[in-house]
Amino acid sequence: MKRDPQAYRIGLQGVVWREALRFIHQRERFVAALVRPLIWLLVFAAGFRSVLGISIIEPYETYITYETYIVPGLVAMIQLFNGMQSSLTLVYDAEMGGMRVLLTSPLPRWYLLLCKLLGGVVVSIFQVLAFLLIAELVIVDLPPWGVVALLPVLVISGLMLGALGMLLSSTIRQLENFAGIMNFVIFPMFFLSSALYPLWRMRESSELIYRICALNPFTHAVESLRFAVYLQANLQSLAIVAGCAVVFFALAVWGYDPKQSLMRRRALS
Amino acid sequence: MSVESGIVVSGVSFAYGRRTVLSELSLALRGGRLTALLGPNGAGKTTLIALLCGLVGAERGTITVLGQDMGRNPRAGLARMGIVFQQQTLDLDLSVLQNMRYFAALRGLAGRAADARIDTCLARMGLAGRAGEKARLLNGGHRRRLEIARALVHEPAVLILDEPTVGLDVPSRDALVRHVHALCAEDGITVLWATHLVDEVWDDDDLVVLHEGRVRAAGAVREVLAQTATAIVLDAFAALTGDADDAGPERGAAT
Repeated sequence: MKRDPQAYRIGLQGVVWREALRFIHQRERFVAALVRPLIWLLVFAAGFRSVLGISIIEPYETYITYETYIVPGLVAMIQLFNGMQSSLTLVYDAEMGGMRVLLTSPLPRWYLLLCKLLGGVVVSIFQVLAFLLIAELVIVDLPPWGVVALLPVLVISGLMLGALGMLLSSTIRQLENFAGIMNFVIFPMFFLSSALYPLWRMRESSELIYRICALNPFTHAVESLRFAVYLQANLQSLAIVAGCAVVFFALAVWGYDPKQSLMRRRALS
Repeated sequence: MSVESGIVVSGVSFAYGRRTVLSELSLALRGGRLTALLGPNGAGKTTLIALLCGLVGAERGTITVLGQDMGRNPRAGLARMGIVFQQQTLDLDLSVLQNMRYFAALRGLAGRAADARIDTCLARMGLAGRAGEKARLLNGGHRRRLEIARALVHEPAVLILDEPTVGLDVPSRDALVRHVHALCAEDGITVLWATHLVDEVWDDDDLVVLHEGRVRAAGAVREVLAQTATAIVLDAFAALTGDADDAGPERGAAT
């Protein structure tokens, strides 16, 4: 199998296919993935539209509605939740034994984890497309080619957020401990970013919070997506997102190394 | 039937924190034979299996599967190994066929060749005609059969089973034991069967008795019985470990 590219392709297809099948079987997950951002878009944004004025900032060329502003942030939120959901699935798999089936495949471990990551990215892109379709029909008006331009950026941001989830899953031993992820990862990442408010607004309130937001890789995922929708590239943000994806994934592979103590506890539990 | 075609463990130690689980463990399993790895709960059976299939790395010593050093080149060993874990590892939301195809893909098999192998393996384990059923709908015995069928899909030379009969009723357990013995006899597969149930060990099997992380006896069942001057495996185990309490091996009918 070492020199057989066919085996690598088949392995990738198998893992992605399984992720897609699991997603199809878990309809509640799909509904939840859509309802969450739609509530933010239709309810939260409606309430805050008059409170939070948006000045003209890049990449926008004119004044925009608040709903339009938060769409990229909600797209990134879908990927953030999907990444954490994948992490939850990994912890579940580790507890229920499914992970052992994956990790005892003769394909290299890093490649198997990459397949798993790509499977999660594919699922997240379907969720995003469904959300954008509803958003476009109901409330916002996005550039016609924006969604197409968004796709490659969705892959990069999805890889970063999925890799973060994978890294976290390598440190969590029990499913019960996963609730901490919500409090200590998802909420801080989402709220300390440019998803809901522009960074200049944060700076008006607190220089410290602004700096934290500027360092948050989720901010850069949001900004990469925001620029892509308007057929522009925010190269700095893209580079940060891609760099974080590589670092998070490398750490996740390290976390799943059989020689690491975390992996030991999991394998024997 | 040589040791080279089986599994060789040399001086392997493993600790979980300060607790030593395996200590300077060495054993050699003959190829084409069924070796029962008998030991009470906590003896180190599952740890040994995790080491054999590369889920954890040994602190000291070497493990060779079919001549492949699992420390240096685990993938070559894994490619020829089928594993059934103690814990059930099926995806219950997927069908029997989907579970098989997923596993086959992880072994680089797809398309008609994979489906042909899947049909053969399912038929072999008495699951022909159930490919479309959700794994969740199978009873415990059939889920175990499915896991074994899955482990055979890539035609492994070594099959490792970690207490595969846990939770099964007596008829399902007996059927499974017969199936695996038949696989070994007919296909020449090297089988390592970890168990704490003495009546799963047949007279012509090989036997390794593991206790407190050390091998207490190894060889053909008759050799172990002769070595301990006992007539049955249960007595041999008691003689080797001084342990016949609740944590020790049981007769299957009593479980």
